[in-house]
Amino acid sequence: MTALSVHRLNKTYRNGLQALQDVDLKVEAGDFFALLGPNGAGKSTLIGIVTSLVRKSGGRVEVFGHDLDRDPQAVRANIGVVPQEFNFNLFLPVIEVVLNQAGYFGVPRKEARERAEMLLRKLDLWDRRETEMRLLSGGMKRRLMIARALVHRPRLVILDEPTAGVDIEIRRAMWGFMREINAGGTTIILTTHYLEEAESLCRHLAIIDQGQIQARSNIASLLGELHAETFVLNLKGRLGELPEIGGFMLERIDESTLEVQIDREHTLNGLFEALSRNGIEVLSLRNKQNRLEKLFLDRVDAGRGREAGR
Amino acid sequence: MSKVRQHPGQPSGQHPGQKPMQDPQHSPRLAPRQARTQEPDQEQAPLVDSNRWRRYRITFMTLFSKEVMRFSRIWVQTILPSAITTTLYFVIFGRLIGDRIGPMEGLPYIDFIVPGLVLMAVITNAYSNVVSSFYSSKFSRYIEELLVSPAPNWIILAGYVSGGVARGLTVGIVVMIVAAFFTSFSVHNLAVTLLILLLTAILFALGGFINAVYANSFDDISIVPTFILAPLTYLGGVFYSIDLLPEPWQTLSLANPILYMINAFRYGLLGVSDIPLGIAFSIIALFIAVLGAYSLSLLRRGVGIKQ
Repeated sequence: MTALSVHRLNKTYRNGLQALQDVDLKVEAGDFFALLGPNGAGKSTLIGIVTSLVRKSGGRVEVFGHDLDRDPQAVRANIGVVPQEFNFNLFLPVIEVVLNQAGYFGVPRKEARERAEMLLRKLDLWDRRETEMRLLSGGMKRRLMIARALVHRPRLVILDEPTAGVDIEIRRAMWGFMREINAGGTTIILTTHYLEEAESLCRHLAIIDQGQIQARSNIASLLGELHAETFVLNLKGRLGELPEIGGFMLERIDESTLEVQIDREHTLNGLFEALSRNGIEVLSLRNKQNRLEKLFLDRVDAGRGREAGR
Repeated sequence: MSKVRQHPGQPSGQHPGQKPMQDPQHSPRLAPRQARTQEPDQEQAPLVDSNRWRRYRITFMTLFSKEVMRFSRIWVQTILPSAITTTLYFVIFGRLIGDRIGPMEGLPYIDFIVPGLVLMAVITNAYSNVVSSFYSSKFSRYIEELLVSPAPNWIILAGYVSGGVARGLTVGIVVMIVAAFFTSFSVHNLAVTLLILLLTAILFALGGFINAVYANSFDDISIVPTFILAPLTYLGGVFYSIDLLPEPWQTLSLANPILYMINAFRYGLLGVSDIPLGIAFSIIALFIAVLGAYSLSLLRRGVGIKQ
């Protein structure tokens, strides 16, 4: 079943900016889907239209088979959204924010209280339930937005950069929570600038740029398209003369750091054997660039190249 | 909307095919790999509570109680000023100057001004409650909480307007209590009095809503009350009978809708009016219908709230 179906979606703002051009997108029910794109690519406009915050100029949107034009109430009832920017009444206590949102979706008060308690406990905000919003830290506000988006138990949750500005510990905890929600059957669409976040959480992705979908793929198969990866090696001892090792492109960064590009025909085992033969010992290594990040940049560049060639 | 098939034991808002959220005390954290093996829900499930009207009632009550809580929490800013201002009006215009003015339409001057002062407070508070509340929700963007919900536009409008009405009536009652310390009026017709109070509060709450939709800054929400509402109220016969005005001012005054409300309310409280009651009610009802329809059209088109 399709959770979200977008067909030939267009949006032109009053100032003439064409934010979306004939966007087609499908997200299957139960998926954890990443919507990636540079700033100004059209992600937030697309999310805004799906969540009824932005009026579309043309095209069709369906959420679990409900058409946005014909049955907007059913569409909205199915969606929970965590927006990119804080949108709270800063003078309300935390618990009121969640309860009010439940009320707007028609959840009875008693049930709303139970759900709010469960979510706030899960997101480590229960002890802050009587605190006014303005007194919360950025990370707490982000978590509260997730609680607010989930209190009516939507089938589709849209997370627009939910971990922006959140420290790594809280971010990891939020990832675990999102996985849990997804495991419960909820479809999740995630936009993020942390590509390792998308790689870690999502199964499918679409890359949008200049208002058009540039790529739509399974993340695993997309990563399989990588022809080469670059690793940065920290060495034990000083690096003397740079050795010639067939199949690997080596570059000296400094006397104890080496950069190596490995294509898909070769393995790390082979590299280590070759380095050992040359008396080079490796203390640690890391990817120079997130794998998805490289693919993302390649696709965006390719899309812009096609656009320029027209 | 599709009819809901509620599964036995399933809480409202929970969809078949979607697993309930686990109790926080007993929820093992799921590993990523495990999460990826879950099957998505297979059937198209009904989405929301089976009783649409029950859902609407909950949404309306949520909005209404939020609005009432808002002005109650800051009662020093919302309720008290009108009581103080009215006390000053009674002291200055009623006691000090009123005795020199003499009776108006056969009533002591201090009694004559009671309906106008009460209604002035109702008008100002019903208007300012909605304009400030709705504009703040736009400014801080928490109006989005409502816009992403399935609440229909008329419920959103009714919620905000009822908040304005609640504040208008609360302040109206407070002003009447203040008036009781200075005058000895008795209610001539309770039904007319209450109906006019209610309709006036609704009308100006709608006006406040429209102002808030168009407002782009906090300055914009004070322009209408200062430059339009206050003059119309003062020229609407709060402090005088229009019979005292020379032509063409007497005829021109008939174009002021507030005149009809004040006179109808004066009839309800004191039994005197410059305007026939039927005309007053018709005009108020007409304005409510026009402003109500216009407010709904603004919401439908997303003016000021959607891009």
